[in-house]
Amino acid sequence: MSNEATLHNQDLMHHGVEHGHGNGHDGHDHHHEETFISKYVFSMDHKMIAKQFLITGIIWAIIGAFFSVLFRLQLGYPDATFPWLESILGHWAEGGRITAEAYYALVTMHGTILVFFVLTAGLSGTFSNLLIPLQVGARDMASPFMNMLSYWFFFLASCLMMSSLFVQTGPASGGWTSYPPLSALGDASIGSKIGMDLWLMSMAIFVVSSLLGSLNYISTILNMRTKGMSMTKMPLTIWAFFFTAVLGVLSFPVLLSGFVLLLFDRHGGTSFYLSEIFVAGKVLPNEGGSAILYQHLFWFLGHPEVYIIILPAMGIVSEILAVSSRKPIFGYLAMVGSIFAITLLAFLVWAHHMFVTGLNPFLGAFFVLLTLLIAVPSAIKVFNWITTIWRGNIRFTPASLFSIGFVSTFISGGLTGIWLGNSAIDIHLHDTMFVIAHFHIVMGVSAFFGMFAGIYHWFPKLYGRYMNQTLGFIHFWITLVGAYLIFWPMHYMGMAGMPRRYFDYSNWQSFNMFGGLNEFISFVVIIVFATQLLFVFNFFYSIFKGRKLTTPNPWEATTLEWTTPINPGHGNWPGEIPEVHRWAYDYSKDGKDFIPQTVPVSPDESKH
Amino acid sequence: MITMSASKNKIHPHKYSMWIAMASITMMFIGFTSAYVVKRAQANWLSFNLPGIFWVSTAVILTSSLTIHLALRQFKARNMSSYKQLITLTALLGIAFAVCQIIGFTDMKNHGLALDTTVSASFIYVIVGAHILHVLGGVVVLVIMFARAYRTRIRTYSPVPIEVAATYWHFVDGLWIYLLIFFSLAR
Repeated sequence: MSNEATLHNQDLMHHGVEHGHGNGHDGHDHHHEETFISKYVFSMDHKMIAKQFLITGIIWAIIGAFFSVLFRLQLGYPDATFPWLESILGHWAEGGRITAEAYYALVTMHGTILVFFVLTAGLSGTFSNLLIPLQVGARDMASPFMNMLSYWFFFLASCLMMSSLFVQTGPASGGWTSYPPLSALGDASIGSKIGMDLWLMSMAIFVVSSLLGSLNYISTILNMRTKGMSMTKMPLTIWAFFFTAVLGVLSFPVLLSGFVLLLFDRHGGTSFYLSEIFVAGKVLPNEGGSAILYQHLFWFLGHPEVYIIILPAMGIVSEILAVSSRKPIFGYLAMVGSIFAITLLAFLVWAHHMFVTGLNPFLGAFFVLLTLLIAVPSAIKVFNWITTIWRGNIRFTPASLFSIGFVSTFISGGLTGIWLGNSAIDIHLHDTMFVIAHFHIVMGVSAFFGMFAGIYHWFPKLYGRYMNQTLGFIHFWITLVGAYLIFWPMHYMGMAGMPRRYFDYSNWQSFNMFGGLNEFISFVVIIVFATQLLFVFNFFYSIFKGRKLTTPNPWEATTLEWTTPINPGHGNWPGEIPEVHRWAYDYSKDGKDFIPQTVPVSPDESKH
Repeated sequence: MITMSASKNKIHPHKYSMWIAMASITMMFIGFTSAYVVKRAQANWLSFNLPGIFWVSTAVILTSSLTIHLALRQFKARNMSSYKQLITLTALLGIAFAVCQIIGFTDMKNHGLALDTTVSASFIYVIVGAHILHVLGGVVVLVIMFARAYRTRIRTYSPVPIEVAATYWHFVDGLWIYLLIFFSLAR
């Protein structure tokens, strides 16, 4: 196929890339000269784009996590003052105590940054970009140019979001969900002024970035697999990235339409979400709007979004558990089927976020049923992970420990989902610390564990070096124990009725008994945060000084990415792309420890 | 482009991406129109007739679908001069469509249905406006195709880009027909 096939990019496309890929069947080296700009900045190599997403994600993760340390200081030590806070936050922390406005801004930004910029762009952007072409056997994405645009839209969204932290009235502060009318009215709170506009613009651009990326992931997986790589021979990582992209493509646009209507309510004088509102004693002219409408549009994305976050982690964990226990994944097709079931159900459960908005209880019953149904594919996956490592010859690396940790947190966070999915119990638990505990364990901590596992496991592929294992073990144990110490007690607070999103509970007699517990949680948060900095140090130190790889296949895995050279150039394989003959999970078969996917099936081989 | 082995019988990746992008855009408009349906079922819904010029714009965009279809044929037959004329005509019809829609907006405004009046009018502005942007996006693509057709240094033989552009053009056309029927039925 000719280079002209590209819709947008042939003029901009790097010449070396053009003839380098002119014909996928020829063996050829990549002699083309690459400048610093084309190699590291406006790169169209999916591996470099993956690194760009990862490092941007790490920077955001540090900022987002640091924000949680700041607001935990307020929750844990409501009476103490920290003079250093004033030197970094200025008038937002006058006298060393965070103001209420700053507290809400920090909570909002913590949610936005972690959900979208770290666990969507940082996780999916990194591993889909890195692994899809490498594991399906493609030289690059379907459209490398669109892939590059996807990163730079993300970068632009990042810049806008970052700039909102520095405007005089502060960033958005109405919660990561940005419910109107609070988010629609600049007079309602200072966080709803320019900060909210920057938030909406940033998010709109983020949606574009996410769509460009997802389009590429889907068409690469469906169209660019190497010879022999049928869909059922794909590693589970690829299946997970595929359904993640499908979820993104179908749900993010709906969020965008919700944001467009919100922007018009803010600046066009329309009343999509606004009706009969008094602000500061004045009656607003808006009539006929419905604030609940926004919630429907938001949660139609918002719920699939949590699967956009968790599915890549599930795929990564499935792969790593099989590799490190030297056993085939248990129930491959059941794994694929359950990812598909989760994807389908993801679109049918959004109203369980809205049980207490006055939703018709009859309608609620259906959403309860559909929500609880998600327990079935989730349980299948958990069962299969456990049976995969059952009696396996487990190699304990940081990657495998984080994968096992993922299974642990996914179970303990998933079980509380059964409580919250019941509309009757939800009346009591809605908007309490119980919800915080639930989604942080099942989605936040689990997705982070999947991400850490992926980084430790594929770091040799990314940089040709290993990360330090000892630091990895320290990182794992403190994070696992710390995560449970932080979030487990919150279940009890929530069951006692302690609401979330409050600045100061000290005037609230019934929750005074939790004062010590809150202090304890904040103390653990600081330790866990410091441990993450240790990981960041390990990451950057290992890029330059880590132990060098001597073999292209350090984990003795079967998948295609380990058949490339240690530092693959743009195009991944120096010669022909290898052909695939078997599935990705031939471990401990016929007396062999592992059989790569590229080895032809011999006639006397046993069937799996 | 970067193709792998076994690409026989497979749809071109860029065409595939376009179909997925269209699914995505469709979801956005489903989001808009379902918001419209939900809002319409509530109190204070004012129903009114659509501006008459919307029917003119419908004729314009249908014609443009025809011209881009012919342009694709001419491209495949290597009649480059009539290809150039036809894509220019298509782009101009796209702009004419946008102008008609904006005339429709002024018409609504003159009848007391400005953007910030009743919700039912606001929806028309926002949804039709979002559709205009998608049509203009198509016009930009056609301008790029046009510039490419005039280039002498590199010649283009692959029909894939124009096929992708034509698919998108038919899609925004179909999207408008859907919106028109939707707004006419669900007033």
